[in-house]
Amino acid sequence: MNHPITLTVNGVVREATVPARRLLSDCLRHDLGLTGTHVGCEHGVCGACTVLLDGEPVRSCLMFAATADGHEITTVEGLAAADGTLSPAQRAFAECHGLQCGFCTPGFLCTVTAFLRENAAPTDEEVVEAISGNLCRCTGYQNIIKAVHRAAELQAETRADKEEGAR
Amino acid sequence: MTTKLFGEPVQRREDARLITGRGRYLDDLGAGAPAAAFVRSPHAHARILDIDVSAALDVDGLVAIYTWEDLPGALAEPLPLLIPHPALTHGRTACPLAREIVRHVGEPVVMVVARDRYLAEDACSLIRVDYEILTPVVGVEEAARAVHLVHGDVPGNVGAHLVQEVPSADGRSAREAVETAPHTLAFRLDVERSASMPLEGRGVYARWDDDDRSLRVYSSTQSSTSVRMAIAAKLGLPLPKVEVIAPDVGGGFGVKIVHPWPEEVLIPWAARLLGGEVKWTEDRREHFVSSAHERGQVQYVRVGFDDDGRVLGLDVNILHDHGAYTPYGIIVPIITSTQLLGPYKIGAYRVEFSSIYTNTVQVTPYRGAGRPQGVFCMERTMDKIAAHLGLDRTEVRAANFIQSDEFPYDQGLIFQDGRPLIYDSGNYPEALRMLKELIGWDSFPELKAAAAAEGRTIGIGLGCYVEGTGVGPYEGGHVQITSDGRVHVSTGLTSQGQGHETVFAQIAATELGVPIEKVSVVTGDTRRFGYAVGTFASRAAVMSGNAIALACRKVREKALRIAADALEADPRDLEITDGVVHVAGAPSASIPLATVAVLSNPLRYAFDEEAQRATQFSGASSMDRPPIEEGQEPGLEGKDYYSPIRSTFACGMHAAIVRTDPLTAEIEILRYAVVHDCGRLINPMIVEGQIHGGVAQGVGGALYEKMAYDEHGQLLNASFMDFLMPYATEVPRIETAHLETPSPLNPLGIKGAGEAGVIPVSAVIASAIEDAEGIPIDRMPISPSDLHTLRLTR
Ligand code: FES
Ligand code: FES
Repeated sequence: MNHPITLTVNGVVREATVPARRLLSDCLRHDLGLTGTHVGCEHGVCGACTVLLDGEPVRSCLMFAATADGHEITTVEGLAAADGTLSPAQRAFAECHGLQCGFCTPGFLCTVTAFLRENAAPTDEEVVEAISGNLCRCTGYQNIIKAVHRAAELQAETRADKEEGAR
Repeated sequence: MTTKLFGEPVQRREDARLITGRGRYLDDLGAGAPAAAFVRSPHAHARILDIDVSAALDVDGLVAIYTWEDLPGALAEPLPLLIPHPALTHGRTACPLAREIVRHVGEPVVMVVARDRYLAEDACSLIRVDYEILTPVVGVEEAARAVHLVHGDVPGNVGAHLVQEVPSADGRSAREAVETAPHTLAFRLDVERSASMPLEGRGVYARWDDDDRSLRVYSSTQSSTSVRMAIAAKLGLPLPKVEVIAPDVGGGFGVKIVHPWPEEVLIPWAARLLGGEVKWTEDRREHFVSSAHERGQVQYVRVGFDDDGRVLGLDVNILHDHGAYTPYGIIVPIITSTQLLGPYKIGAYRVEFSSIYTNTVQVTPYRGAGRPQGVFCMERTMDKIAAHLGLDRTEVRAANFIQSDEFPYDQGLIFQDGRPLIYDSGNYPEALRMLKELIGWDSFPELKAAAAAEGRTIGIGLGCYVEGTGVGPYEGGHVQITSDGRVHVSTGLTSQGQGHETVFAQIAATELGVPIEKVSVVTGDTRRFGYAVGTFASRAAVMSGNAIALACRKVREKALRIAADALEADPRDLEITDGVVHVAGAPSASIPLATVAVLSNPLRYAFDEEAQRATQFSGASSMDRPPIEEGQEPGLEGKDYYSPIRSTFACGMHAAIVRTDPLTAEIEILRYAVVHDCGRLINPMIVEGQIHGGVAQGVGGALYEKMAYDEHGQLLNASFMDFLMPYATEVPRIETAHLETPSPLNPLGIKGAGEAGVIPVSAVIASAIEDAEGIPIDRMPISPSDLHTLRLTR
């Protein structure tokens, strides 16, 4: 049985027809061609497939595409601004060498983006806690932790600039 | 100067695409291509009696089903034994699809191709394979008893047996030196199995072009050139009709150096047969049971030493668990046996290993490749000597160090590259001094006493290693400057996250005097560079880095010669700054490299305005000489190879402070310090990143990771849920300090850094736990429940 679904992905309305068992991760990657979302385990443990569903981080390998029908999804492709300006998390990961092979990175970026929205100035423990559901086999996490702090700084600067501009 | 980039923490050039989701990993390619899936053996040891595919034939979207019987010619034969060795008397490899007998859970039996992966798996689940169960051989000691055999024609389950021996200066054997030493100790040390476990598994995507009669293959591999040769050979295709590309690769750590994997020949074969494209992407469970593992070894040590702790004789006997097959030869135990010696001068040394078959996943190198076991062996030995003599552990090490004025130092053994184990340079006493300072070794007793007063148990430990890096035989580099001023660099070896695009661009920009923005680097694409060995053994920076530097020097020389002609200057007076060739001290007498590139290629046809300068009536060339002089070639490009006489030896020393919980036996790493010497640093930020990642994997191996096989040969923890890899919560902050002892062997003075971080971690953590608990730690990894058990037996 195929189901027609409508998702708003990165601000764009997308339609697809999927079998009931189609995973959201596969739908994003293979039906919608958004291959930035990666799959490292397909059993909900590595976090590589993390996307934002209505702003909240979810593991797209644990959800059926049909379940996401009608929801809003942000993937790594949607983190930068429309004009290509990188988000604070993206800039910070590059600045702090927070990635090596980059396979885990989209999941971390989505997780961190949601986290910094909730907690704009986290402590070290809070950062470690926030990323403790994402596996990275390359970096040893130290530079990822650094990048999250840096992203918080950049986010604060961007906000300050915006407020300045608004005044 | 803007172009002096060597040694700077330049930001990575690969990141822009990877942080925006524009990376191209294997499974991101070939949208809509038919997918393959495999029926794999559920048994560790069995005979295939019958394969019944009839139920699968009705699956909607099924394209094809293949078993061993379908494989033609060379494809039906066992896969290559990549690194033969005279001691590997009974090397065995598997066929791409099982023929008659399966020898580990996960061995591929049937390949299915269908419209997509879901449907291919549907078909797999409907295929019935009848097996006659044979007795599985699990555990290296059980296998060595040889009650049952893994391969009927391999007596004793022994694939290889090798003894290497270096007598003492006065000609005595190691065993004699041990017997006659003032002090002797004997013990056993065990290391468990772990695995590379990159976040991206393996994968292959092949596209047959029927019009062109050619094959393009993408593989998540560490060696695209060699995969290409293997595919051409197995499929009987002319080499120029096969191209292999390693796209963005999501980590390798050794497992992707093995080739050709069954899928790397089967998928291209199916693509050609079906006249189109086929893709296979490994899933996590497949990776656990059908790729490769490493580390499992049992090591027996006998050591004799004097009152100062100097080792007079060392006798080591290793049982190496090779799993079911030996595609990568006996590199792992060879590395253990040779690199075990570390930074030390050992009086007399004897090492013997037996490489044993078991009905488990095959064993091939994982980052560190046998060194973690060797270092565990040697460093535990040093600690035991110190404990026996009541000496400080650092003193015993210092008493055995090779001194700075003793290089080159010949250890008298044959290394993994088949060449003598001769250390090129190093400064071990200084590294130890730096480490002691970094961790606060000398003041630790006060810290420990203070902690004890508060009821906390802490301990300190250290570990030292030497790593042979940059093994040959060679790598090459090609550099081309085009008439738009861009610099195109390529090398054949592959990248899996090491930042090669950045460091190789740094080297090229520095050598050529061009802005780094003008430089682009391609790795692992046989269309660009056909000759290469691969990325392993911490060799990429040393091998391709030097090859690219040499190629740049050729191009630079040519550029200066052409520019000198144009500027009517002496080439020796010319410099290149920011991509412009100019007379030193007279910046106005100058010519951009882009123009030099135009002039380097004498033309008949002007394809653009700039090109007019090089055409035949432009007056650019002298009438007395041919447009291309003898021995020269058109174009501003050059190629060169770097082929070292032998490996270059990096070193490192790590120390850790751990806390053990008196009640729960939990082990917490409070501090972790690293002193690292990989010669001249190309990019310190990237080197540190490599160290961090290595240490994290080392922590996994020391405290968490092991492959839990039951007696039936079933892998009980084949998922990320059960095989515990460290998250951010498990990895300590790593403090690093660098020592730079250049290598005299290569033009850039560099040594490899990729594997370093992982090598001594098990030894360091064991040393620290032993210090905290006062219980010998002889087996890694160690979990809280292991420690609890050890406490009970104290
Ligand atoms: S792929 Fe979804 S959590 Fe690993
Ligand atoms: S950067 Fe490779 S897994 Fe995280």
